Amino acid sequence: MTGKLAPPRKKNPQLRQRVPTLPPQARSRAALGLTAAAARGAFELQHCAECGTVQYPPRDACAACLSVDLLWRATARDGQIIAETRIHASPDSYYRERLPWRAGLVRLAAGPTVLAHLHGEVGRGDRVRMDLKLDKAGQGVMIALPQQRTPDMADDDVLRTLTAHPKHRRVLITDLRAPVTRPLIEALLKAGAAHVFVGEAESWRRGSDHASIAGLDKVSVLPLDVTDATSLKKLAAEIGGKTDILINTARHVRPGGVLGADTVFAREEFETNALGLMRLAQAFGPAMAGRTADGVNSAVAFVNILSVHALSADPHYGAFSASQAAALSISQTLRAEFRASGLRMINVFSGPTDDEWHQPLPPPKVAPKALASCVVEALCEGLEDAFCGDVAKDLEERWRRDPKVLERELQGGGA
Amino acid sequence: MRRQDYSGVVVTAPVSVPYLRYSQETAHWWIARALRQVLETAGLAPRDLDGLSVSSFTLFPDTPVGLTQHLGLSPRWLDTIPMGGASGVVALRRAARAVQAGDADMVACIAGDANRIDSFRQLLSSFSRFAMDASYPYGSGGPNASFALIADAYMAEYGATRADFGRIAVAQRANALQYPNAIMKKPLTLEDYLTARPIAEPFGLYDCVMPCAGAEGFLVMREEEAARRGLPFARIAATIERHNAFPEDPVQLRGGWAMDVDELYAMAGFGPEAIDVVETYDDYPVISMMQFEDLGFCAKGEGARFVREHDLTISGDFPHNTSGGQLSAGQAGAAGGYLGLVEAIRQVTGQAGGTQVAEAGTALVSGFGMINYDRGLCSGAAILTGADR
Repeated sequence: MTGKLAPPRKKNPQLRQRVPTLPPQARSRAALGLTAAAARGAFELQHCAECGTVQYPPRDACAACLSVDLLWRATARDGQIIAETRIHASPDSYYRERLPWRAGLVRLAAGPTVLAHLHGEVGRGDRVRMDLKLDKAGQGVMIALPQQRTPDMADDDVLRTLTAHPKHRRVLITDLRAPVTRPLIEALLKAGAAHVFVGEAESWRRGSDHASIAGLDKVSVLPLDVTDATSLKKLAAEIGGKTDILINTARHVRPGGVLGADTVFAREEFETNALGLMRLAQAFGPAMAGRTADGVNSAVAFVNILSVHALSADPHYGAFSASQAAALSISQTLRAEFRASGLRMINVFSGPTDDEWHQPLPPPKVAPKALASCVVEALCEGLEDAFCGDVAKDLEERWRRDPKVLERELQGGGA
Repeated sequence: MRRQDYSGVVVTAPVSVPYLRYSQETAHWWIARALRQVLETAGLAPRDLDGLSVSSFTLFPDTPVGLTQHLGLSPRWLDTIPMGGASGVVALRRAARAVQAGDADMVACIAGDANRIDSFRQLLSSFSRFAMDASYPYGSGGPNASFALIADAYMAEYGATRADFGRIAVAQRANALQYPNAIMKKPLTLEDYLTARPIAEPFGLYDCVMPCAGAEGFLVMREEEAARRGLPFARIAATIERHNAFPEDPVQLRGGWAMDVDELYAMAGFGPEAIDVVETYDDYPVISMMQFEDLGFCAKGEGARFVREHDLTISGDFPHNTSGGQLSAGQAGAAGGYLGLVEAIRQVTGQAGGTQVAEAGTALVSGFGMINYDRGLCSGAAILTGADR
């Protein structure tokens, strides 16, 4: 059994801040298929389209029939550990700081033998459940997990480096008024978060939600407006050094297409949804990126909640979709800029949310509570892209299959 | 079709350039030293050479092509053997065929590598595509970790213990104390071996080789040429080579030797009982133990019992890795794949000095190289005999 992770001790300000190091990050193009699968929590290996052979490590041709028609396909996760080692010496800086490090050979039920990280509860002879996770370098890696979930398995040291688990971490949620915020606070505290800071814009116009949130244990409400760089700078000076996870719930939605819309509304959407993200990242990003090697409560993730229409526009929400596409693009650049620190940029894509701005839309819609649990799950699993709710999942699948077909269907051309 | 024998071709002028733990010198420098010494030993000038075979991990951005201009050679036959621990045996095989066919008269086979501070880490991180994609990111233990996994599976399967591996390492250290070029100069006890700090379990410090800089070399020529020059030579009784053997084995408990061992002895015309000296590729003692089995000195799974029942030192009943092997002499990159072969030539030509095994008429050399992902892919073996046999 994994021992319970102890809360971190108070930070000694006289000690040198640990400089983040990364595990080896070079990969062949073929191996990036593992990364792509890990980013959305899938377990996929190369399958030969001609002979069906499942192979690993990723190749450019099938080692059984030499076909170059290789497909990444969901693969059975079960396997058995046939050898293990505990590494005590490594020339790599990242692993040197974390020795000893365990690794094992896992024979997959699907065929190949895989070299994998080992969860602390598994060893030679054990049947395991395999997972693909993103490591600190943002690359997909194999880990062998216990077949059945065990109580504190997420507290395992190795797993902890591959996820963005909220346990013992301090979280900033940017918008108190977003419907998702309240259930998100509850889900984070339930997952073991140490404290939740909640930002509130225009605090002079307090509603009933203020008192109910401000009164919660381990929660503090602070002034934050993503459209106001000065307010962000002020808050970052105050809590930037103890923000381990940032979840951006601020958003501005107005229905309507493009032809008839007022650009004033569109400007507000861009101010909050796209430029707000940029300002937040500028205010909090550098401090977070500097604290990714800070032990149990190291800075670990920057989470964006986006509409799945960032991928392909919903013509009924034209300017809003555009702002979401802009935010997605900004998040990709931020991801590249955070790469050297290991800070994870997580995008949670949602379908229409069950709120006043999507009131006339038919179900299924994403309830705030469901969205909150998607966000916490993305953190616990260490995803980069999470698709929340049936609409988002369906749309993502169609987008993968053919973006043009999806575009035409969203215009109402699908029968 | 049965392969032809190597009659009429001999190997001579064994040379070892003393190793250094770290050196500022380049692979070009080390290879030049070995080449010069090989030529001097045989009384040749560089222009007398018309064939060259080179193995090195650290020549980049050069290949042996660039080396010809760098060293002022104009060979009509040029080979590069990028097979790590199998380089020696494979270079020998190919050079012998070239000489036999008349493609070259006089071939120098040289392996040499540099070892600067941090060059080992750089080599490991980009050793192969599969290593980069699927092994180095998992703890970055390098070959120590990869072979530790093989050792763990081997121990679980056949009941071998660390003490069994220790016997191999301890005997080699005793041998190395007789070999002036060995990097390791201090005696090693089984107690030292067993209590050494762990490197990648089940491996401790004395399961692992010391990366260093150095070079090795020898010449391949026709027998009458060697005789005319009065050079002590060895004949090539048999060789085998295999790559990516048994790909369906989930973990490597046997090497490619097991595929070709019958042909090896059939070609030699005698079996393992007639071998006087054995030089295996000892990147780790467990791999030497595997070679004892796969090369027919004992049955599969009997390696541990075999080492318990034999004395592996120079004066023992099973003289093995007489110059200390890489475990005690050091691993100079690709030259590690030449160490045993060069020592075997010295043994069967009676030039081994302090490590000379009495009446060594036959020697078996095996090579093993390139842990591409989870296993060593290249394997080879050669049997050498002295001129009198």
